Amino acid sequence: MARALINVPPKAKRGEIIEIKALISHPMETGYRTGPDGALVPRDIINRFLCTYNGEEIFSADLFPAVAANPFFSFTTVATESGRLAFRWVDDKGQAHLETAEIIVE
Amino acid sequence: MIRLPDRIVLSFGVAGALGLVVSLALAQEPPPQERRSGFEFMSRESQALQQDDTSNPGMLWVAEGETLWNAKAGQSGRSCADCHGDAAVSMKGVAARYPVYFEEQKRPIDLQGRINMCRAVKQQATPFPYESRELLALAAFIGKQSRGMPITTGDDQRLQPFYAQGKELYERRMGQLNFSCANCHDDNWGRRLASSVIPQAHPTGYPLYRLEWQDMGSLQRRFRNCMVGVRAEPYPFGAPEYVNLELFLMTRARGMPLETPAIRP
Repeated sequence: MARALINVPPKAKRGEIIEIKALISHPMETGYRTGPDGALVPRDIINRFLCTYNGEEIFSADLFPAVAANPFFSFTTVATESGRLAFRWVDDKGQAHLETAEIIVE
Repeated sequence: MIRLPDRIVLSFGVAGALGLVVSLALAQEPPPQERRSGFEFMSRESQALQQDDTSNPGMLWVAEGETLWNAKAGQSGRSCADCHGDAAVSMKGVAARYPVYFEEQKRPIDLQGRINMCRAVKQQATPFPYESRELLALAAFIGKQSRGMPITTGDDQRLQPFYAQGKELYERRMGQLNFSCANCHDDNWGRRLASSVIPQAHPTGYPLYRLEWQDMGSLQRRFRNCMVGVRAEPYPFGAPEYVNLELFLMTRARGMPLETPAIRP
């Protein structure tokens, strides 16, 4: 579906607050614009973003047509244990984009 | 951010006309010590967006450009990397010296034109259309290899007549509003057109991600945007006039660091 850039610190101390960034390329077509033929361009947006940390949800968001193209999320969590962060974006066509990142907590 | 067609700058043009009639100063480009990149006119938030590669949306195009660099294309079955190798080595400093004079064509060619030339002649593939995602991605990827390096365009003496044509175009009044580029970017930089600060027109970060476009765009798209703004008929994409103007502006910006992929509001 798309290309994504995620940034998770590779290492963190236990209990440390870490910042996570996720950027994805997507047109976020609002459904309100008209094309050259005057007809509405069908809506196509990412409507859901979800981040899990070792399977547990730590951040999620519903997105709406007013969100700009190429949505960028930045959020924080507490580094509790080593493991995997999984990112999931779902768009109006039902396509999902998945990314994962490993973190080592000492 | 609300999506707006490029034509919305028309309304800026009216405000500009009112603001600019009070300026009687003659066109004079800023002296070297007063040259400022468009970066310095941006908000701190937009600057932060550009400076962090994990938040800069231009990096999405750079990543795609890297994929294209290594992808085999055309009847030759060769990728860019098959001839040029590691872009970090072979493309270092290249974007900082374009447009470059080509003996065969007897005129300067910009980086996008050069990419398509390679594609057509060496790879025997269909050239990418202007403003296509692929062409912007490759230009951004090649441009990024020169990030931070000083612009060196204009060393070649054969560029002189084209530089002169670009300068003439920069200073020529055009369109219903009858403004030249210099009327805004030399005489009134730092002031505002509606809410937007007028920069000095140093093309230091192209192709760049413009928040208003919500997209990557080339310098030619920017030129067309300005021309529509003064209600002039823009040249078609790829016109030699744009290359001459880019040559003039890049020569004028010599020594300033390249920022590709930049962010602009």
